[in-house]
Amino acid sequence: MARTLQEVDVVIVGMGWSGGIIANELAAAGLTVVGLERGGPRSTAEDFAVPRIRDELQYGVRLGLMQDVRRDTLTVRNAIGQEALPMRRMSSFQPGDGVGGSGVHWNGLSWRWGDMEFRIRSMYEERYGKRFIPADMPLQDWGVDYAELEPYFEKFERTAGVSGQAGNLGTRLVAGGNPYEPPRRSDYPLPPLHTTLSGDLFGAAASAAGYQPFRVPAANASRAYTNLHGIAMGACQYCGFCDKFGCEANAKGSPHNTVIAAAQRHAGFHLRTHARVTRVATDSAGKLATGVHFIDMVSGEELFQPAAIVVLAAYALNNTHLLLTSGICQPYDPVAQTGLVGKNYCYNTGARAQLFFSDKQFNPFMGAGGTSVAIDDFNANWHFDRTGPDFIGGHVVLAGTSNGRPIEYHPTPPGTPRWGPAWKEAVATWYQRTMSIGALASVMPNRYNYLDLDPTYRDAAGAPMLRLTFDYKANEHRLSTHAAGIIDQLGKSMGPAHMTAPAPRTGPYSVVGYQGTHNTGGTIMGSHPGESVVNKFGQVWQVPNLFIAGGSIFPHNSAYNPTATIGALAFMAADAIRLRYLKQPGRLL
Amino acid sequence: MPDPQPRRRFLRDTLIGAAAGAGLAGTPPLEAAAAQVQAEPPAYTFLTPAEAGFVEALVDHMVPADRHSPQGTAIGINVYFDRALGGNWGQGDRLYTQGPWKQGLPGQGYQLALVPAELFRIGAQALEAHLQRTYGKAYAQLPDDQKEAVLHALEKNTIAFDSGIRPSQFFALLYQLVMEGLFADPAYGGNAGKAGWKLIGFPGVIATHAVNIVKFKNRPYPFTPVSIADAS
Repeated sequence: MARTLQEVDVVIVGMGWSGGIIANELAAAGLTVVGLERGGPRSTAEDFAVPRIRDELQYGVRLGLMQDVRRDTLTVRNAIGQEALPMRRMSSFQPGDGVGGSGVHWNGLSWRWGDMEFRIRSMYEERYGKRFIPADMPLQDWGVDYAELEPYFEKFERTAGVSGQAGNLGTRLVAGGNPYEPPRRSDYPLPPLHTTLSGDLFGAAASAAGYQPFRVPAANASRAYTNLHGIAMGACQYCGFCDKFGCEANAKGSPHNTVIAAAQRHAGFHLRTHARVTRVATDSAGKLATGVHFIDMVSGEELFQPAAIVVLAAYALNNTHLLLTSGICQPYDPVAQTGLVGKNYCYNTGARAQLFFSDKQFNPFMGAGGTSVAIDDFNANWHFDRTGPDFIGGHVVLAGTSNGRPIEYHPTPPGTPRWGPAWKEAVATWYQRTMSIGALASVMPNRYNYLDLDPTYRDAAGAPMLRLTFDYKANEHRLSTHAAGIIDQLGKSMGPAHMTAPAPRTGPYSVVGYQGTHNTGGTIMGSHPGESVVNKFGQVWQVPNLFIAGGSIFPHNSAYNPTATIGALAFMAADAIRLRYLKQPGRLL
Repeated sequence: MPDPQPRRRFLRDTLIGAAAGAGLAGTPPLEAAAAQVQAEPPAYTFLTPAEAGFVEALVDHMVPADRHSPQGTAIGINVYFDRALGGNWGQGDRLYTQGPWKQGLPGQGYQLALVPAELFRIGAQALEAHLQRTYGKAYAQLPDDQKEAVLHALEKNTIAFDSGIRPSQFFALLYQLVMEGLFADPAYGGNAGKAGWKLIGFPGVIATHAVNIVKFKNRPYPFTPVSIADAS
């Protein structure tokens, strides 16, 4: 029989960005908040100390800061009718573990999503007609708009220390910024990061081609910064150990050293690590959450944390898994088209080319997450006519240098042998002389891309594993093909000695090879319960004291990285809880 | 079973000669660094003698000595194999190995029930059996062109293994270990004298490039590579 702890106002499952933001906001408002984190604690001084953090083998290759698939993994297949098998080695996506979650090891790219995303169905129907949207693409408006989120994007940027150059300061366009970004009432809190040679060359080529390059906004502080909550952040050291690593300078905005550190100043906040939540408990009618069951992984003891409000912030995949294993709301069945939990899983696609220049010195080891130069002409640019290329969504094309870590990065031109004397000559020649151009592209929902419970494999706690059924569809094939064409055009215009072909992704989705940790969907938001699990505050329609935060509430995934939008929605949800929900607990907002 | 000691002494003597003309500007002479790290033969705690003979020949073939670096055994790539396979990663850290086990599609990735150490061991035995049948020799005894042909055949699955693993899976593991042994921090047993980093021009764990990133844009950045040990 599980031991029951003292009831609190709020229990939050997962201490990443969304959980950390909500924890701090509600603890600051005087509520008693328990934050349950599956993994261990994180401290910059201890865990990210130089030189031990600069260990490419341990963190870059063996993924030492990520979820351990030996304990936690999922099964994957492309389509119904195939047997899903466990993802035995982490590769395609790399969810974090421990306090801070994926916010510890991200690159920091921070974009404001606009109404092209939030009102996607209405806008595409209006411009392109209803028939432009495929029948098996359950595209929908989010039930929120940019104007509501704008102040919360600002809050996130001032919490994470985002560096950038505004392009649209309240309908006044500013040179050097992104002309397609949604309008902002203030500039970024920090000036943009330095660019690298690769970004400069790409930017020049993009301008010459008539596009509008700009420096990407990123939560890598370009100089020392005191954030919204009085947390001191350091300046980015361009060390080349950004993605997959923790930042020893506290320059990369991460939850453990910002919102969670801030939450810990409040007496009402209690952080509990090594706490594996197994189930959300509800009352006998299933209409109210009563708390969460978890295992203290240090002692092995089963415990129950009662709470008036339950927040799931455990990463998109885990949020969906918890709802399914807790039996809350109806699971999605893609054949019968009933239920909603697990629906609208999305990801990213893209394309990439490597360019080799005999006469350039790229110093690839000097970099940060956010040194890239990008063009948004094929994404947030609503004027870009999708009729010809025939896709819904968009892609951001960009070039920069985040790192040159040698185990994974030792480029050679096409046709080079993979070992031996010719290989050695080539790696010695080209390591300094290579750059990449990449495109990050959206993925629209599909009837048959979804999450459910696996019939065969069980997790460490004995519950059925999460099963992912996902493949790129015709829409994404056309999108990736278009992106490859733009990369090819721009790359060739730069006159490299060699270039790899930016092949579009038209084959089946594979879990092998890193493609981005932007898993979205499963507990999607919307304007009414018939089409969504939660409302725009992440409040579960059927269980009004249960809130969900994170990428699982996204009904589709944009080309833009998702974190700033996750953060903004979390800030908005926290405000709704403390200012409105608490006045009428148990009522839908 | 040939005595491995004369081979190691031979390698030491060879590498000093090969490295003599290979010094890079601004770095200590290769022969001094390499000779220093090769003063003692590696203490293998995982590789059996036959496996050691195979790995040493493999890494010297894939990473031969040239003007950029000494050969694989002088860089300690063989030592890296031993440490990685015998250590926690080789024994299955961060790998889900529970059943049931199905072959799966290529897009479902690695699906064997084997940890890396087992895959290596079974693959090495299968390769040895094939080479004995085909050439009557171990890998280390083959002439260079046959060593090369064997690697291509493993990579492309044109060898038949008498066990349930595919040669290309075994080869992928070997290749990964060679790259890691060449380029990982020297703390892991390979990249001796930072020879792998010197090969390409990677400065290691330099604390900061905040000034360098502007000052050295499109210009060579002069450095002496720094390892975790150097910075500790």
